[in-house]
Amino acid sequence: MSVNTNDKKVDAKRRLLLAGCAAGGLGVMAIAVAQPKDRVIKVTAKRFDFSPSVIPLKRGVPVTLELTSLDIPMGFNAPDFGVRADMLPGKVTKLRFIPDKTGEFTFYCDIFCGSGHESMSGSLVVT
Amino acid sequence: MGNDSSNDTNNDMNNGINNDPGNGVDRRGFLRLAGLGGVIFASGLSGWAAAADSMGVAGAEDFFFVQLSDSHWGFEGDVNPDAKGTLQKAVATVNSLEQVPDFIVFTGDLTHTTDDPRERRQRLAQFRDIVAALKVKTVYYMPGEHDAALDNGKAYQEFFGKTHYTFDHKGVHFIVLDNVSDPAARIGDEQLAWLAADLKQQPADARIVVFTHRPLFDLYPQWDWATRDGAKAVELLMPYSNVTVFYGHIHQENHHMTGHIAHHSAKSLIFPLPAPGSQPKRTPLAWDAAHPYQGLGVRTVKPEPRPRNTEYTLNELAVGAAKS
Repeated sequence: MSVNTNDKKVDAKRRLLLAGCAAGGLGVMAIAVAQPKDRVIKVTAKRFDFSPSVIPLKRGVPVTLELTSLDIPMGFNAPDFGVRADMLPGKVTKLRFIPDKTGEFTFYCDIFCGSGHESMSGSLVVT
Repeated sequence: MGNDSSNDTNNDMNNGINNDPGNGVDRRGFLRLAGLGGVIFASGLSGWAAAADSMGVAGAEDFFFVQLSDSHWGFEGDVNPDAKGTLQKAVATVNSLEQVPDFIVFTGDLTHTTDDPRERRQRLAQFRDIVAALKVKTVYYMPGEHDAALDNGKAYQEFFGKTHYTFDHKGVHFIVLDNVSDPAARIGDEQLAWLAADLKQQPADARIVVFTHRPLFDLYPQWDWATRDGAKAVELLMPYSNVTVFYGHIHQENHHMTGHIAHHSAKSLIFPLPAPGSQPKRTPLAWDAAHPYQGLGVRTVKPEPRPRNTEYTLNELAVGAAKS
């Protein structure tokens, strides 16, 4: 998660600069550039768990999930946001979306993976 | 989503059930059925009444079939202390019907999943041996994801043959769709092309019944109650005016319309599941010792909101009420 930490630092600097620009009469430009930067979160799957199983997100902040499986093919499906992607061993699949509502939403494995498949799910907690 | 779905029951039977003993149908007899799954009159399916009108009463040969679903043979758990005996009770119930169904259909999850291929075959064999006691020998099968998803239906096919096929019976065209052998819950383009080709041979007013395991529509994707490309199948079916879908998977009754197409799910023979989205997790409902078998195989009559008001499913009582 060090990437995220660095991103936050960069974001903080950028906001300061943009705030300065806005103070100088470039407010429109500031708004255009100050779009929140993607968060990147690595999610792994293995029979029959996701890690992390609870993923905190911010409404309106784009997130890119980097999905991979540690054993067999799985699926990541978050129907409340209309997104899904395969989670394959030895490969990272990027899934980008912007949470547009707050609350707790289920994501689940949508590729039948064995005896524990039906309990393989997690939560997106959007604040 | 789901605003035209209903788990409600409706006992309004003003829907044209034929009580003429000479026609081999006795409504009271069916209502007394103690048991499992659903008993469905062909006259309750879309289009039957119109066909009867056009053919004349004498030309419409009424019949019914029994739908059983989700026996999950091999399951063990507190939610069904009689997991090793419920399927046999279902067989006994069907065998005790006063009127003999023309055929029986199992809409998938015959067995409970196991990661061991050898154990999977043992469960399939045990299931096959138990249902061999059915007196009605015309039985149609299809897999559920528990039977087929881990090996793309290989073991299932060794025991029960094809996973998608059609058959015709007394003026009704039946289509069995496989939306489980692909672990990603897809019918797949190849099978969809096969479906399209089959439908092309049918007139637009053909009486069509689809059997499948998963819902073809997005009932509650959060619980995997959907078929990823089910909408494509529904799209292919949509030009046909008389289509009814029967499925399993969700372990409870649900009645849903996609346009003019009715979708009816059957109860399970192992444990009931909660109503879609009614609780955070899709965990089975607990066994109630005071009401054993509650929620298993109990179905009631559900008239369809059609102008002719001639559609209905006729459902049975609880497993525990069965005489065996």
